[in-house]
Amino acid sequence: MAQYIVKRLLFAIIVLIAVSLFVFSAVRVIPGDVCSTVLGSQPDDPKQCEAIDKELGLDQPAPVQYVRYMGHALTGDFGKALLSKRDVWGEIRDRVPLTIELTILATGFAMLIAIPIGVISAVKQDDAPDYLLRFITIAWLSIPGFWIGTMLVVYPAKWWAYSTPSGYTELWEAPLKNLEQLYLPAFALGLALSASLARVTRSSMLEVLRQDFVRTARAKGLNERTVVIRHALRNAMIPVVTLFGLQFGVLFGGTVVLESIFSLPGLGTLTIESVLRHDYTEVQGIVLFFATVLIAVNLIVDLSYAWFDPRIRYT
Amino acid sequence: MTTSAATAQDLPWHELRPRRSIGSSLWRIARQKPVGAIAAVVCLLLILVAIFAPLLAPHPPDQVAFPRLQSPSLSHPFGTDNLFRDVFSRTIVSSRVSLGVGFTAVFLATAVGALLGILSGYLGGWVDLLVSRLLDVVIGMPPLIFAIFMLTVFERNFTNVSMTIAIIYMPTTARIVRSSVLSVRNLQYIEAAQAVGNTPPAIMWRHVLPNVFAPIIVVASIQIGNAILTEAALSFLGLGIATDAQPSWGKMLQDSRPVWQAAWWMSIIPGGAISIAVLAFNLFGDALRDVLDPRLRGAA
Repeated sequence: MAQYIVKRLLFAIIVLIAVSLFVFSAVRVIPGDVCSTVLGSQPDDPKQCEAIDKELGLDQPAPVQYVRYMGHALTGDFGKALLSKRDVWGEIRDRVPLTIELTILATGFAMLIAIPIGVISAVKQDDAPDYLLRFITIAWLSIPGFWIGTMLVVYPAKWWAYSTPSGYTELWEAPLKNLEQLYLPAFALGLALSASLARVTRSSMLEVLRQDFVRTARAKGLNERTVVIRHALRNAMIPVVTLFGLQFGVLFGGTVVLESIFSLPGLGTLTIESVLRHDYTEVQGIVLFFATVLIAVNLIVDLSYAWFDPRIRYT
Repeated sequence: MTTSAATAQDLPWHELRPRRSIGSSLWRIARQKPVGAIAAVVCLLLILVAIFAPLLAPHPPDQVAFPRLQSPSLSHPFGTDNLFRDVFSRTIVSSRVSLGVGFTAVFLATAVGALLGILSGYLGGWVDLLVSRLLDVVIGMPPLIFAIFMLTVFERNFTNVSMTIAIIYMPTTARIVRSSVLSVRNLQYIEAAQAVGNTPPAIMWRHVLPNVFAPIIVVASIQIGNAILTEAALSFLGLGIATDAQPSWGKMLQDSRPVWQAAWWMSIIPGGAISIAVLAFNLFGDALRDVLDPRLRGAA
């Protein structure tokens, strides 16, 4: 097990280094832009640019810049934003609680919707409820989250003059207000995820329900409910958790869109803002941050298999 | 090929089984999968609409000539927008960006993904290791964040948007193709092809590719819907390639943001168009998977 963890950790680090190299070189494809971005206009005097390059360390060779940047990044220093001159890491830290909370709530919604649907579909395989639920999930997969988000902003406001409180209140400051700010975007975000989770829960449940230990459980005289929930469901969760890990990145993308629709000051809106400002330092920091979290989540997902299925032993 | 005088002995082996005409096999599949067949018809209609959009649209999409924010009526079936334009014409013309980018992206993703999948599955060894790690790097970035990043750094044009979306979907294709190749690699006909001295490229092209073609087609058809969704999300965020003269559904939805409350059709129609297109391609892909390669259930 320990050996497996170390191996996976090493892979994760290699992938992260490759991602950072990619992001770093892509940003450097357009060197002239940095200068005009900082100045806010085309430079009148090339000397100005030289000074700025020197200040930002852009006069050094690229490998030196990379090593220096990564060295700082490891200590939590992603540099300063080109325009606002604010600390990029500080900015990310300020914005990230909202995005994390939104992601967790969306996952919660998705699980609440997906697991019952998947289980019912599997238990009633090829019956009317199964057909209906399968059609509903494939329809959900087709509806863009940003459209559902749009509807959830427009129609409550139009019909009941209701809108979620604007901005973001910390959870421990005013828990109810905080939840009210986030439940609609979280719902819109969770809906798309729930569709694919429900489909995988169904097919995984179908497989598990045919196995011997389920028949044994039934033969012991356990009621169907216990068999399905206690025996089958837990064993059916591995593919669901895997899919969740794979979909986590999609969830991050969704936060960008939904934060923008609901005007929530999270990491997603920060991404869009820095993109629109062409602030490469900030974009670079954010992309690296997102990638790190995604790689970490997938690592945790891989390691969590052992908990769901104790037979899995890493050798 | 066959003449009336030919006997069973004269026929090449593959002619022995009575051939079904393409029409009759299609009809057979359509009866088995009615939902998939309807979806296929809708997909075909959407493609035709996209191709003939300039002829079908009653007005140019950027013609500013109508009363503002009229609700749907006979002269404007989808109403008019906040900038005095005909929404019906804009919706029709928008299908071009969505489907154009969607198809191009999936075509690129399939071509590159299938190539990488076959190479790493068949050759194994360091090629496999290298390709797998490369895919890990691509998967290491959240898709939409990656797209936003690419379209910030590089110019936003048709090629770059399509390529960005292709990179997002390529790893899925490569992984599924790789696992299919692994399952055919050790079969006897491959061994026979090796034994008679075929080179690896020839074997991959003539023997491996045709035998993993079904999963390739299935994955591609399922990805089209997702690629359309991604393009719509990018357009919605203002990172697409849509302009006033060549709108897209995502951009239409974003542009109408100030009037969402006043004009219901401005939010319902572009969103509905995206959903219908994606649903049609998803249902079609689903049916195609059941017909061609049921093993892929749940894989893509």
